[in-house]
Amino acid sequence: MSLENLPKSDAPPLEIHDLTVAYRNKPVLWGIDLVAPAGKLIGIVGPNGAGKSTLIKACMGLLPCSSGWVNAFGRPVAQSLGRVGYVPQRESVDWDFPVSVMDVVLMGRYGRIGLFKRPSAEDRRMARECLEQVQMLPFADRQISNLSGGQQQRVFLARALAQESDLYFMDEPFTGVDAATESAIISLLQALRSRGKTILVVHHDLPTARTYFDWLLLLNMRVVAFGPTDQVFTPELLQKTYGGRLTVLSEVAEAVGAKAH
Amino acid sequence: MRAIPRGETDGMDWRRARVGSWLRLIVVGCVLLVVSAFTAQAAKIGDLTQTRWTEQAWRFVTLSDPVVRYACLGTVLLGISCGLLGSFLVVRRMALMGDALSHAVLPGVALGFLWNLEKDPLAIFIGALVAGLAGSATVSILTRTTRLKEDTALGMVLASFFGLGLCLMSMFQRLPTGNKSGIETFLFGQAAALGPGDIQVMGTVTLVVVVLLFLGYKEFLLVSFDPGFARVLALPTVWFERLLVMLLAFSVVAALQAVGVVLVSAMLIIPAATASLLTDRFHRVLVWSSCIGMLSGLSGAFLSFLGTRLPTGPFMVLSASGFFAVALLFAPRQGIVPRWYRQRSQRVRIERENTLKAIYQVLEANGFSGETVSVEALARRRRVAPVAVEAEIRSLVAAEFATASAVDVALTPSGWQRACAIVRNHRLWELYLTHAAQIAPDHVHDDAEKIEHVLGEATVRELERRLPRIDTDPHGRPIPSLPVASADGRIGVGRQDDRPRGYGGRS
Repeated sequence: MSLENLPKSDAPPLEIHDLTVAYRNKPVLWGIDLVAPAGKLIGIVGPNGAGKSTLIKACMGLLPCSSGWVNAFGRPVAQSLGRVGYVPQRESVDWDFPVSVMDVVLMGRYGRIGLFKRPSAEDRRMARECLEQVQMLPFADRQISNLSGGQQQRVFLARALAQESDLYFMDEPFTGVDAATESAIISLLQALRSRGKTILVVHHDLPTARTYFDWLLLLNMRVVAFGPTDQVFTPELLQKTYGGRLTVLSEVAEAVGAKAH
Repeated sequence: MRAIPRGETDGMDWRRARVGSWLRLIVVGCVLLVVSAFTAQAAKIGDLTQTRWTEQAWRFVTLSDPVVRYACLGTVLLGISCGLLGSFLVVRRMALMGDALSHAVLPGVALGFLWNLEKDPLAIFIGALVAGLAGSATVSILTRTTRLKEDTALGMVLASFFGLGLCLMSMFQRLPTGNKSGIETFLFGQAAALGPGDIQVMGTVTLVVVVLLFLGYKEFLLVSFDPGFARVLALPTVWFERLLVMLLAFSVVAALQAVGVVLVSAMLIIPAATASLLTDRFHRVLVWSSCIGMLSGLSGAFLSFLGTRLPTGPFMVLSASGFFAVALLFAPRQGIVPRWYRQRSQRVRIERENTLKAIYQVLEANGFSGETVSVEALARRRRVAPVAVEAEIRSLVAAEFATASAVDVALTPSGWQRACAIVRNHRLWELYLTHAAQIAPDHVHDDAEKIEHVLGEATVRELERRLPRIDTDPHGRPIPSLPVASADGRIGVGRQDDRPRGYGGRS
């Protein structure tokens, strides 16, 4: 990787400090502290309900935080959203919506086009390039409901690529995707990583998590462990993440939630 | 633990739609009861016959009457603005929102009247706007602070605001002073009651709607399609949402006098629903929807004008439903008739191909010794009565695939080519299934019967590439290659040497 491709500032791409997120007074995430290194492909794993999606939504300001702050590149996320890319869960939108694949990918450019302006020829060229990268260019004029699950996921990925960000959040990009698409996506992410981008991916398959990611965040309401995959992917830590060790914490959380109602 | 409740949405749309239609029925019933009291003198059957309808139609078409001019202008304007904003409601699955908003404006209309006891377009506009926005604010407060779902909140707001409006209006009817004429036009609409002041309000609203949607098309599109992503792009999502509700309230209120409170939501939803049958791109939905809205408005005004001052709202909605029915039947891709026609022509094609195949098989059984096949042999092969086979042969002759006499049939060059292609498709597919998928030879025939009609050129080439030898099928019969029609009209020789030679069609 060449140095000039790296983000220029020295500040870490993502710094989370004492982040607590609650849903109806019940904490989902509790006191998260995290400093993500630049140029790494980071997997977020943990059991169902561990708050994986909540974490990345809270990082981007899509959910209100009860306490704590999130900085991207040394500034509050709200101020550096131009450098943040997002691949939401596939079910988060209505795929019967009357738009074409090209329209969706162009949406990735909206942040750069500016309010009330039309996409330029350059934006369209860029969008086509991103579609090419995910091998979806032949589908550019299709209406999005005519796509398979894997194709829909690749359209979302192309849209995120069109954002040209330095920090990416991806919410389960591998659900409902066939094996071929999955390996195509992961090599694309690895290519992005080698260009100095930082990518956080919510993932729910442990065996592949080990091979896909440089770093792992083991999450279960709290950060159980965060570090290079070979150091973090240990039976003890995984047991701690997936096992029943945190039952006391969740019971307290339940009680707090009940009292607050 | 869920951060955002998901998964309820799918079922809810059905429930919402059902609740919406029931509510509408009940509301319309109540309104009919209440209003029949003070509109009893308006529409007597006798009025219909007093003026000849041709005369009325002529007055309408020539636009000679200023009343007609205002009515036309007003309905066109309302058609555009309702069509545009209705498209957003339909694609966002928020159809009931339009219903609630339009019913919630009624108390505002009554208060606007009360302002100076006159029909002052501006006062009514402001009153209705305030009431509409209060209604939508109530919905959002209810959904945010309680566990009630949005459809319940919408239903409650719709009914209670509408009830309040009806109370105010009937109280107002009893007041001794003031010009009461025209208040009932707000319930069912009366385009002929539009004056220059109303047109000014409607014109302004439509202009604002068109300009803002044109400028902010891409933002409104993104906020409607994926609000989460819009927020990540640092778009002021909340403000665009509010603007959209604002514009919606504007156009509902502007349309009130021509369509009426009860049915204005239909002018939001039906043109947009029609448009989404016609196209699957949002900008085209917007254009189609406003055009259909315009046409329904105009024809509604026209129909009600024929019957002298019948309420316009129902006629507009009926015209819009008429357009919807036409689209449902004839829309190029999704319409019932084009779909039926496509299925039928496919059935006819498959039928012909099966006959061609049978002729080929009879010829093959005879060792390709003759050029003609007797009707009787073909009927035996097809396992149908000779009468049915004669009909099939007539169909082939009509498509110029065959020439026929009373007792036998012979293939033309194009018929021969098609027959070879079908038999080849069938046998190649059988070969592929037994070879590549290891399916037993006695299991492949039925599948090939279906596949032979749909195999495309590219797939056939692919099969040829993948199979090591393509001379005989799994049952040991030769696979014909595709004959090339040569210049003298005779059938040329394909690549394989063991194919039947020397077979010429009649020219």
